[in-house]
Amino acid sequence: MIGVLERHGLQERARTLIAGLKGATVGRLLTGYLLIRQLTAALGLTSIAGHAQTVRPLVAPMAVAAAASDDETTNDQVKAMAAATDNIGLFFGEDIFIAIGSILLMKGFLEQQGIVLEPLELSVWAIPTAIAAFLIHGFRLWRFDRRLKR
Amino acid sequence: MITLAFVYVIAGLFFGLLCVLSARATRWGNAAFYALLSLSMLAGNQLGDFGNGVLALALVGIAGFGLMAKGGQVSTTPAERQVEADRRGNALFVPALIIPATALLGTLLFKQLPGLADPKQVTIIALAIGVILALLACQLWLRPNPIAPFEAGRGLLDTVGWAAVLPQMLASLGAVFALAGVGDVVGGLVGQAIPNGSLLGAVLAFGLGMALFTMIMGNAFAAFPVMSAAIGVPLLIHAHHGNPAIVCAIGMLSGFCGTLMTPMAANFNIVPAALLELKDQNAVIRAQIGTALPLLAVNIALIYWLAFPG
Repeated sequence: MIGVLERHGLQERARTLIAGLKGATVGRLLTGYLLIRQLTAALGLTSIAGHAQTVRPLVAPMAVAAAASDDETTNDQVKAMAAATDNIGLFFGEDIFIAIGSILLMKGFLEQQGIVLEPLELSVWAIPTAIAAFLIHGFRLWRFDRRLKR
Repeated sequence: MITLAFVYVIAGLFFGLLCVLSARATRWGNAAFYALLSLSMLAGNQLGDFGNGVLALALVGIAGFGLMAKGGQVSTTPAERQVEADRRGNALFVPALIIPATALLGTLLFKQLPGLADPKQVTIIALAIGVILALLACQLWLRPNPIAPFEAGRGLLDTVGWAAVLPQMLASLGAVFALAGVGDVVGGLVGQAIPNGSLLGAVLAFGLGMALFTMIMGNAFAAFPVMSAAIGVPLLIHAHHGNPAIVCAIGMLSGFCGTLMTPMAANFNIVPAALLELKDQNAVIRAQIGTALPLLAVNIALIYWLAFPG
């Protein structure tokens, strides 16, 4: 299903969407990407972005360009931060979707223990952590920006 | 009444078709892999525990010995895709959103109208219906060749390779650990370490244990059954009457914090460092620790505050 949409340009469209983020700084760009990654993962669209799909071709180069630094160590740090942002957005977004592997695993495990739960009951409790993840990582990205300026 | 059997039949037929398509492309390893998956979906109940065990080993065998060829199927070209992406714009996201929307609405609707679907499995059934609806919508709108969705599905699954079944495999590994009594041993150790009846101690042990065990195993799916059998279910849910949904959901997310901090989770932490040509292969982990640790603390606090009212 997602495969068909990809043949018709779904990933390209996702890229255009990210490229449309007009963040002058690394921090703002990555915070925007974090938000998009969390929201799409929460809708079950976990594979439209990723290290191979978006980070390497798009997010990392854009972040490096925004950093505008000649120092290789700094550039490596910026790239690593881009990859980290993708992971964090994915991990703390996907569990809000009701049919992701981890939710089904928990449901199956609890059933064996004699506790019957709906996936929806589990997935709503991923929302507080998702918000906390966004705040914590957003704050770190903001500080990363300030460090880069110096 | 629609039951889970309906979903298994659909999934079984889907993998069966993938098997035929792989065989047509003379990828025998892939064909055998999908045939076994299809068999387990269609006839899993008749096979019994031993039959299913042998089947799982055969799947690992095929994947483990590299008998599966990877992706490389004909699709549209990047230029064609770019043109379509520009022409169709954000509407391309709509069919993809039909699935979660149907799953959510279906879950709520089936709750209101009992008798239509098996009440214990409403979400999964609604999800399967969502996939079928979305495929129909795509077919009407994009008008691909009717085989295209299945060819595309095969392309995706071939690319992902056996990583598609890895989570289930790791989960079974965790279950085997739990059955073998690792959970009891861990539980016994923890039981001695926690001051008698201390709720905070038990919550801390559960959250930290999930993160640590995940770091060792490289995957939260394997850590979850062990830690839940050791601490989550007996102590937090039964002894302290914690809300099981909150304990498990946030416990799993504590495990995800561990995933951010371990080189064992290579596909998330080591592979991107290689993809981005970083000099330090642990650079991504270093960038993540600063988020993972405070978030782990938040998760433990959330379990403590939310799951145990009063």
